[in-house]
Amino acid sequence: MTQDTQTASKPRFRVPAFFRSQEGLLFVILLIIMFVLSRMSEQFLTTNNLLALTRLFVEVGLMTLPMTMIIITGGTDLSVGSMFGFTSVMLGAAWQYWGLPLPIAMLVALSFGILCGSFNGLLVTKLRIPPLIATLATLAIYRGLAFGVSQARSVRGWSENFQFLGQGYIGPFPVQFLIWVVAAVAVALFLGRTAHGRYVYAIGNNETGARFSGIPVDRLKFALYAFSGFMAALAGIIFVSRVTTTRADAASGLELDVIAAVVLGGTSISGGSGSILGTTLGLLIISLLRNGLTLAGFKGDATVIIIGAVLVLAVWVNRLFARQR
Amino acid sequence: MNATDAATPTKARRNPFSLVQSQEATLGVFLVILLAGLAIATPAFMDPQNIRDILVNASFPAIAAIGMTLVIVSAEIDISIGAILAVVAVLTGNLALTGMPIPLVFLIGLIAGTLLGALNGALVAYAGIPSIIVTLGALSFWRGLVIYFTQGAWIYNMPEAFHFAQRSWLGIPIPVWMMAVLVVLAGLFMRFSPLGRQFYAVGGNRQAALLAGIPVRRRLFLVFMLNGTFTAIAASIYASRFSVVQSNAGLGFEFQVITAVVIGGTSIMGGTGSIWGSFLGALLMAVIATGMTFLKVSPYWLQTVQGSLILLAVILDVLRRRRAMNR
Repeated sequence: MTQDTQTASKPRFRVPAFFRSQEGLLFVILLIIMFVLSRMSEQFLTTNNLLALTRLFVEVGLMTLPMTMIIITGGTDLSVGSMFGFTSVMLGAAWQYWGLPLPIAMLVALSFGILCGSFNGLLVTKLRIPPLIATLATLAIYRGLAFGVSQARSVRGWSENFQFLGQGYIGPFPVQFLIWVVAAVAVALFLGRTAHGRYVYAIGNNETGARFSGIPVDRLKFALYAFSGFMAALAGIIFVSRVTTTRADAASGLELDVIAAVVLGGTSISGGSGSILGTTLGLLIISLLRNGLTLAGFKGDATVIIIGAVLVLAVWVNRLFARQR
Repeated sequence: MNATDAATPTKARRNPFSLVQSQEATLGVFLVILLAGLAIATPAFMDPQNIRDILVNASFPAIAAIGMTLVIVSAEIDISIGAILAVVAVLTGNLALTGMPIPLVFLIGLIAGTLLGALNGALVAYAGIPSIIVTLGALSFWRGLVIYFTQGAWIYNMPEAFHFAQRSWLGIPIPVWMMAVLVVLAGLFMRFSPLGRQFYAVGGNRQAALLAGIPVRRRLFLVFMLNGTFTAIAASIYASRFSVVQSNAGLGFEFQVITAVVIGGTSIMGGTGSIWGSFLGALLMAVIATGMTFLKVSPYWLQTVQGSLILLAVILDVLRRRRAMNR
């Protein structure tokens, strides 16, 4: 009897569905963080800072898109930071050492990204090596290649035109911000509105079941890892254009930010659920934390303390929620 | 019925054991060939001083590899040990500067490493967070904290007594003694003690281990805690080996150690592996690193070589499993 009244009375007190979802929760957290940060530093809530901020999160943001899908399939890609570093080194090598024109050099960098990603995909799908260990190994390999090819020397002297990608504006918006918006919308539509997008979830929920339903599991997973390499390369090119130098150690450790943004956004680390909207909110929170803490006087390297703690907490909270459902 | 019953267990028992053995034997043979090749290519390589340096260089990854073997045998992973090493190295270095008695300094370092390992263990075993997430978070947390507190400054001018790793006993450096004793003890422990065998059970089949009455969570906690302890021992050698402690100590240390364990024949799926194998793996890594210097290969390629070795070992492991399954 009590059970009945409880269930009956429940709907009356319902919070709007949006605020009960992971995304809604993140949205509220985001607002709180923005409020606190604007109190800690006067420069934070200025148009200039917010626009500058979009420049900084795009590189991580581009890599979170394939990462979200890969984690939804139950995999992971730890090598994104290394692919980022390696392809940006290759961009410099193709342009300066091989003397290729810039557009071709960019194509070379993107091709190397796809190549690295495909190699990851091959290891995961054909050899069935757990993604964690496969990409842990390639993390070392690609980073080693970045150092080996460049011998830790940087390439400078990029032309003004090239800097458009990382420093230019279209209207009031930074160029790379628009690139990220287009990519995020495209991936969100793919995940939510196409059959293959739904297959991604199916693989994460039950891979064997997906296989038996005739879903091309291996081909799709392979494509996702290759896409991850492509996006890392794109982010690498934008990075070089932004800071106008290549560095072999570029983006080392950045996989932490990428994975943290994705799991903070509610994508389950064991696969099967997640969304691009959630990832985007997670990304905003991570970047705001980094930016805000730097403005508040923390040294850049020390902000990883917070990111690390946020990563572990996010997964923990997620698990607690999952248990209650 | 009786015949099959009798046959299956022996087969099941012998197979994984001989497989592990074969990986160690392969590794041993490879190591000997590599040493012979290097000795012919650059005779200076076989200089006793160089061999001693290689052994000292292998000693702290080999000691950390003992803990990592426990972790990987239990089908988990810990990528935070480089950061834990940095915390302990910086902590002991700074404490030594305060004039604290040296044994107490290292005791505190040991306790600190154990606590950091225990924190990982608690989050994995009791909060149920996947170990890769826990240790990725721990890696950045502790690394960030070290950078925050040291502000990138190096620590030097430690008292003479601090540098125990530079001393020798009977002509053999102290770190090599420590490695030898710990590897032998841990090897025997994992092979013959019931607790050691429980770690294999936890990694081999967690459900079965639980049903067999093994307190899986407590064992996982213990494994991560011990990993912290062994990392702290490695860190005390690391800190006292040279006259300075850098604030970026142990960067990439986790790769070195995981590579040693995986090429030593410990399966990344858990359940199989041995301390001897990891020891040989650590030795091989040290020989390769020194060999590359002697052959004048740029050290910038080292990471690529390490990564390729992990991959090679893992591919071999997967192929071997596949063949075993088909049989």
